[in-house]
Amino acid sequence: MALLLGLFFWLVAIVTVGIFVARVWWLPDLASMEGALIDRQLTMTLIIAGVVFFLAQIGLGYFIWRYRARGTERATYWHESPKLEAAWTIATAVIFIGLGVRGNVVWANYFMSGTPPDAVTIEITAQQFAWNVRYPGPDGKFGRTNPALIDDALANYLGLDPKDTAGRDDIVTQNIMVVPIMRPVRLMLRSKDVTHSFFVPQFRLKQDAVPGMAIQVHFTATKAGEYEIACAELCGMQHYKMRGRLMAMPQPEYEDWLKKRAAL
Amino acid sequence: MAEQALVHEPAKGFIRKYVFSTDHKVIGIQYYVLALFSVLLGMVLSIFMRLRLAWPMEKWPLLQQVFPTGFVGGPMTPEFYLSMMTMHGTIMVFFVLTTAPLSGFGNYFLPIQIGARDMAFPVLNMLSFWVTLVSLLVMVAALFVTGGAPIAGWTSYAPLSALGEVAGPGLGLGQTLWIISIAIFCVASLLTALNFLTTTLNLRARGMSLLRMPLTVWAWFTTAMLALLAFPVLLAGGILLMLDRVGGTSFFIPGGLVVSDRLISAHTGGSPLLWQHLFWFFGHPEVYIAILPGMGITSHVLSTFSRKPIFAYKAMVLAIFAIGFISYLVWGHHMFMSGMSPYSSMAFSITTLAVGVPSAIKTFNWLATLRGGRIRLTASMLFALGFVSLFVSGGVTGMLLAQPVIDIPLHDTYFVVAHFHIIMGVAAVFGIFAGTYYWFPKMFGRMLNERLGKIHFWFTIAGVYAIFMPMHFLGIAGAPRRYAQLTEFEFLTPLQALQVFISVAAFITIAAQLIFLFNFIWSLRRGKRAGANPWASTSLEWTVPSPPPHDNFGAVEPVVFHGPYEYSVPNAPEDYVMQSEPVREING
Repeated sequence: MALLLGLFFWLVAIVTVGIFVARVWWLPDLASMEGALIDRQLTMTLIIAGVVFFLAQIGLGYFIWRYRARGTERATYWHESPKLEAAWTIATAVIFIGLGVRGNVVWANYFMSGTPPDAVTIEITAQQFAWNVRYPGPDGKFGRTNPALIDDALANYLGLDPKDTAGRDDIVTQNIMVVPIMRPVRLMLRSKDVTHSFFVPQFRLKQDAVPGMAIQVHFTATKAGEYEIACAELCGMQHYKMRGRLMAMPQPEYEDWLKKRAAL
Repeated sequence: MAEQALVHEPAKGFIRKYVFSTDHKVIGIQYYVLALFSVLLGMVLSIFMRLRLAWPMEKWPLLQQVFPTGFVGGPMTPEFYLSMMTMHGTIMVFFVLTTAPLSGFGNYFLPIQIGARDMAFPVLNMLSFWVTLVSLLVMVAALFVTGGAPIAGWTSYAPLSALGEVAGPGLGLGQTLWIISIAIFCVASLLTALNFLTTTLNLRARGMSLLRMPLTVWAWFTTAMLALLAFPVLLAGGILLMLDRVGGTSFFIPGGLVVSDRLISAHTGGSPLLWQHLFWFFGHPEVYIAILPGMGITSHVLSTFSRKPIFAYKAMVLAIFAIGFISYLVWGHHMFMSGMSPYSSMAFSITTLAVGVPSAIKTFNWLATLRGGRIRLTASMLFALGFVSLFVSGGVTGMLLAQPVIDIPLHDTYFVVAHFHIIMGVAAVFGIFAGTYYWFPKMFGRMLNERLGKIHFWFTIAGVYAIFMPMHFLGIAGAPRRYAQLTEFEFLTPLQALQVFISVAAFITIAAQLIFLFNFIWSLRRGKRAGANPWASTSLEWTVPSPPPHDNFGAVEPVVFHGPYEYSVPNAPEDYVMQSEPVREING
């Protein structure tokens, strides 16, 4: 039994680490600039966590087998070892706090660097169960909105106020989003009803859209292609199919698309 | 000691003895049975979840007959899935993980292990149980009301949980009952916590100094402190949420919301993040309320069946305290993506990683306890070793989730589901099983069948790893949690095979729990008779008959001479020295 249990913990360690190392399942292919640093921090932490996991399970399995009850000899009468305890306390503290500091540096780079001035601004307004996407149009200004004017039947999803001239050239789409590649995009996240979360796995981008708040995040797409926007915060019955399509394309094509949408 | 005057006469009559009992042992068993019922219910709910996740479009004619509204047209509806998920989480966290290890085992064994005849406030103790039962009944009622059970998850984030039926099915009466039940549960837990703290501080036997208390007692004591400070915050949050729903207040609901194309004009100025802060200020200590007693039981069982003193007892006590204290400073790590200030995230990240240090110390000490031991692989020991393995597996992923930058891809994915199920779900359940196989003889006077216990262990350990390890891979690949199905997105469809694998593993593991249930019921009447100390253990509960008499120690007042883990003491006649054994006998 001792041998079996020891081997079982070894098996858990080897199979789990093996699947991670072979990357049978892994992060979706990266398609944003900011994601590279995130992936590096994630991979590094995963390696450290993996080593700790592996050694602990192997050690546990070995001890179970090595110190199984045999013969009549008594166990060692061993209460403590201040040196050993100090060593592993300091070692774990250094590793954990070190990881935390490094992680915070990456976080600070991402969130506190501010959006570059040449960024494109796009507003996302989430609702049960759709993503409303708004571009400010040629004037660069979003028009005024009023919740009382919202009417899904008339496709006025955001309650655009027709009296505000800044809103006349606003482009509003639902569940379709187009962004230029190699150019920073600033998102303004809002919600009409409950809390949602804007999640594009390939961009390593996730941020809650909270009613009553306008939250900013930014990213820079690097690869042209079509991606999916998923909702990552439970928002109700159809949370599982709150899906938007995101097309990333070179700047000229992006501008063409905007013109075509404006002409509609 | 004066407090021993608290001895009360044994109750007369069936009702006062077994129903409205003030005996801590009966109350402990009542809590345990309540948790056993809840865990069975929680598992049944998870079967529904796994059916929908693995085969989302499959029709279930038989289930459709039983639940016509949950299986409209044949397949399970997404709202039915979400209500199963919400109730599974709620019932497991509150009525199983909080109830069995703390109120169940704690009630039964804390007084005996410190040499007391009962809890400090026996009537209050009885009340705590009955209030908990009312809370459970209200929660279960939510499953049967019109509109169904709530769908907002066990975290019930506002404003989804605050807006009522307009936001979705189950968010009317079902959600109201959920809040009422949780509020009642908070009151019950508060009473339990007061009792545990007072009992530990005031009713210890002569010689039972704080540093001679078994680690189980330290764990229950610390857990009670956490409960005392955490549940009132949830209670306050629950009351505010209720007021938002029925009183027209706006604590959590901002102005200008448009839900299902309807303008919500009655509310203005509330903050959805406020609910998250209140909930998690309770919610994170709650995680430790669930797991600390399991740590105590694991320490106790590892030492007993390694026949070795627990390694670094004082460090273990300090670690329990450190974990308890730091657990109050980490709640923000649930909110890294919530729109909270990124500066707060940095602080919460560091405190969260700091809580890993005492957790790692405990793991090292458990391994060091095994080293040089004479390990006896009883069913109880197997589960305790399983606890250590699971605690490591679930703990190391905390190193990732503690970093906000890594939570950008992993937050609210199956990676998190894997993490918390392993460390606070099944690890805690392994603690409960280790305790059950260890203490059943004391509680019922008969042994559980060891062979069945070992078979139960093997199915369970293999099963939980098969269920929860693959969830890490789902999470890394980006699969969001709380989806009624994961086939609506192209990037998720390749992962469906994993969902099927997990469901099959879950069904086998759940079926294997019937072995435990059978063993439990069968052994109550047919198990081998247990002596006073079948495991050759050292703590005080093993000095009295199995089961112990009404006032635990009879006419003899226990006196304590030793620490709790004196195994394999050189030159002692046996390989264990009981806490109550007078010193001269050893030297003689």
